[in-house]
Amino acid sequence: MKRLTYLLRRLQWALLSILFVITLNFFLFRVLPGDPARAGIRDPRLTAQAQQAIRERFGLDKPVINCFETLNPLKLGKCGVNPLETQFFIYVGNLLRGELGTSYHTNRPVSSMLGEALLNTVLLVGAAQVFSIVFGIILGLVAAWKSHTAVDFTALTASLVAWSLPTFWLGIVLLFAGSTWLGLPVVGKLTPGMAYPHWGAKAADLGRHLILPTLTFTIVVLGEYMLVMRSTVLDVLSEDYILTAKAKGLSTFQILKDHALRNALLPMVTIVALNLGFTVAGAIQIETVFSWPGLGLAIFDAVGRRDYPMLQGAFLLIAVSVITANLIADLLYSYLDPRIQAGQS
Amino acid sequence: MSAVTTTSFGTIWRSARRNWMALAGLSMLAAAVIVAVFAPLIAPYDPKADLKVSIDDIYAPPSAAHWLGTDDAGRDVLSNFIYGARVSLIVGFFASFISVFIGGTIGITAGYFGGRVENILMRITDIMLVIPDLPLAVVLVALTKPSLMNIILVIGLLGWTGTARLVRSQTLSVKERKFVLRAKAIGCGHFHILRRHIFPLVLPLLVANTVLVISLAILEESTLSFLGLADPTTLSWGQMLNFAFTRGGVSAGAWWALIMPGLGIVWVVLGCTLLGQGLEQVLNPRLEWHHLSVGPKMVARGAKEERP
Repeated sequence: MKRLTYLLRRLQWALLSILFVITLNFFLFRVLPGDPARAGIRDPRLTAQAQQAIRERFGLDKPVINCFETLNPLKLGKCGVNPLETQFFIYVGNLLRGELGTSYHTNRPVSSMLGEALLNTVLLVGAAQVFSIVFGIILGLVAAWKSHTAVDFTALTASLVAWSLPTFWLGIVLLFAGSTWLGLPVVGKLTPGMAYPHWGAKAADLGRHLILPTLTFTIVVLGEYMLVMRSTVLDVLSEDYILTAKAKGLSTFQILKDHALRNALLPMVTIVALNLGFTVAGAIQIETVFSWPGLGLAIFDAVGRRDYPMLQGAFLLIAVSVITANLIADLLYSYLDPRIQAGQS
Repeated sequence: MSAVTTTSFGTIWRSARRNWMALAGLSMLAAAVIVAVFAPLIAPYDPKADLKVSIDDIYAPPSAAHWLGTDDAGRDVLSNFIYGARVSLIVGFFASFISVFIGGTIGITAGYFGGRVENILMRITDIMLVIPDLPLAVVLVALTKPSLMNIILVIGLLGWTGTARLVRSQTLSVKERKFVLRAKAIGCGHFHILRRHIFPLVLPLLVANTVLVISLAILEESTLSFLGLADPTTLSWGQMLNFAFTRGGVSAGAWWALIMPGLGIVWVVLGCTLLGQGLEQVLNPRLEWHHLSVGPKMVARGAKEERP
């Protein structure tokens, strides 16, 4: 019963956050300078009729929201307008049907463009996350076990340096080194114009393109995972049950594997899930450097082209993913460590 | 200020002197600040001066005249690098000041007053925490006019959530200490208790946190500049990297234009990280040894009397 209440409360909270993000997402692009209609029209020499036609097409001819002018100097709408015919209502209604609008730049539905980009980002981020989680856990465990030795010092310094690296700069350095000395491809997902005899050759080409971006991503995220793991294991190793395990005659390896690792994995679950926002930040930088056609590059391009529907869609997708990841982390954590619910209620 | 502050900072300084991380970080930061302050004296060229550029001056490799070569416009990389330290540090300090001020106020208010105030403030913090910073910053900076001021504001207004949570939890634990309860019992006002009893004990942690917030702000500034969202006339390290990367620095093999600005960022951010981590160790000296320790065992020392 208690667990159900907790679950429902977290769920309710996540929904509230998503509602807030939708509202923010809508008004951000209408309150800030830079008329969305003008960005969609692009060429000021268009006739008034043509401009009006474009406004109507993107739904920008309708009032932004009902009854706002009395509250706000920006005069976003008139009272007496049917609330069902305001941009805000239409936007929310479209979202509920899964429609994110049409891109100003390509005239394609935003949802399908985001879908393709998301797939590429998941490929890149997924590979990097697996590597950095595995190596981060191992390195953190060893560093904590060997604390205050040369091993710990080296691992700690390396992690702090990795943590301090600007992601995009590490990408540039690896791009420079990889293309100059290793002859690795550094642009895009596949070699343009290449004809593949079979799917294996295509996969190999894809893999070669993945090496440098994945390496960049892994190094950047690894440092943080290692630091978190190290400090958690240090905490766990000071617990009395470790002393008990040692007194029982368990080997160091057994203690590390069955007691330290297991208990230290708990906070790692949260960190990995909470890190999704940071991961998105990394994706924007790495995809820009390596022209990897993912979500990050889509955002970067959309900013340059003032493609507001695309930006809105991407931002919403990211925010909803991060909120969902947080929710999952919360629930997972409360399942793995039942003390959490007692503490929060 | 009160005697509490002096002793706590005195204790912290005594243990910080023995902490290699804090010392190394502090020296690195001090070096960067000196370079930034005395930039006109150190830099061999004035980056704002008019240049007569010939084709040989573009991406010229390091030489006696230009120790670190030249960039895409024939400017001296070393001089730009030295002046770039100013931009990074200004953004870092001012943006983190905004963040820490907002986060500190929200955290201390929520923690001290509790109840509905805490509920509302921490809910707002939670919402801000899940909104991904960089995409929002990119959108905000792109929609407003690109200027140093706007970048500082955007970074500062988005980066306070971590501080708010940290300060709140510290306030919660300080609030329960006996001298606070006694002050309440003899009828001290909220403002007096906050200023004389709570704030001095939250301050050391706030300082350690500020240093880490500075490093995040500097990283974010360099990223936004690299993405081409900053004012192009302000030559920050991120902006230098943007020029070198987007204007053919890689194909020209101009490693000198690509490496130096990045090393500058790493230097400052690593300095902040080391100092912040070192200060945290000093304030929270529990991680000194454990049951499987193989290194020389050390006794927990330092600001022990500050722990409740």
